[in-house]
Amino acid sequence: MKATWFMLTMIGKDKPGMVAAISGALADHGVTLGETSMLRLGGNFTVMMMVSGAEDEQSLRNSLAPILESQGMSLHVDPIEGGLHKHVIPNVHVTVSGADRPGIVSQVTAVLAELGLNILDLESDVAGTEDKPIYIMQITAVSTLDIESIESALSAVRESGVSVSVSAIETYIG
Amino acid sequence: MALLEILQLPDERLKQVSEPVEVFDDELRAFIADLEETRLNGPAAVGIAAPQVGMFKRVVIIDCSTTRKPVPNHGYMVLVNPEITKWDGFEKGREGCLSVPDYTGNVIRATKITLSAKDPYGEPLQFDMEGYEARAAQHEIDHLDGMLFVDRVVSRRTDLFKRKVYQDGGTGKKS
Repeated sequence: MKATWFMLTMIGKDKPGMVAAISGALADHGVTLGETSMLRLGGNFTVMMMVSGAEDEQSLRNSLAPILESQGMSLHVDPIEGGLHKHVIPNVHVTVSGADRPGIVSQVTAVLAELGLNILDLESDVAGTEDKPIYIMQITAVSTLDIESIESALSAVRESGVSVSVSAIETYIG
Repeated sequence: MALLEILQLPDERLKQVSEPVEVFDDELRAFIADLEETRLNGPAAVGIAAPQVGMFKRVVIIDCSTTRKPVPNHGYMVLVNPEITKWDGFEKGREGCLSVPDYTGNVIRATKITLSAKDPYGEPLQFDMEGYEARAAQHEIDHLDGMLFVDRVVSRRTDLFKRKVYQDGGTGKKS
């Protein structure tokens, strides 16, 4: 039988033990994890996880209710299509950095979207100090274009004072 | 010629340390031909190591001449009893493995290496390799030592931004 997957999104003020509490409650109820992303963002711990093995959304919520309460986390549940073993190998890496201002992500990704790049992973952070924040972003993506075409399409972004570098990811398989 | 079965995780045999080749005979060369046929049959495999097919001998094959964008390379190479004698610098790059289907991750490897080995007839070889090809050699030699790239994968947040070590003597050396 094809597994039914749900995507759980959980957020709470970061402290030690959150992952152990969540994964413990799920394991106790026979729920298994698929691909997940768990990350501290601005002092909050954020969890996105694919899970399967639950009867329905309500039983998932019931399994997690006690620990969500004790961990001070909120939960959002989406039934999802898809499943495991659907990885796509990225072939382009884009690094962006510059003095923080509104619109950097939008400016860069608008160009990438226009070129038809598919972003697989985007992580961005604000570094520097409160007075002089620096925005740093790393994108891994899939594209059918060559690096030079992507580079030149981003020249307008570069002229606006943001530093951008594009490199090919040549994945070694052996 | 025969296609060999590729061991996949969690097969414990992948953690076995391979023995040096001592006899350079037709049997060895026949095995190398099968190993190459197996490499070419795999999905986009650039390299392969003998233990990946359950032969625990220090033999690897790499061929970095077919990348999408050309990289410095020495073409098709059979390396018997390979040994890295010098390391320089380090860089992050993406790797996958025939023995770990459907997973790729970032691994830190030396940027430049000097490698000595024997050819299938026992004649000595020496190569200076860099970048992608140096990565290939390090990935395959790891197999000979029972090490998989998943043991070395670094977090996506691990950054090597402009941090290179230029070795002149001891620093930046792996061991």
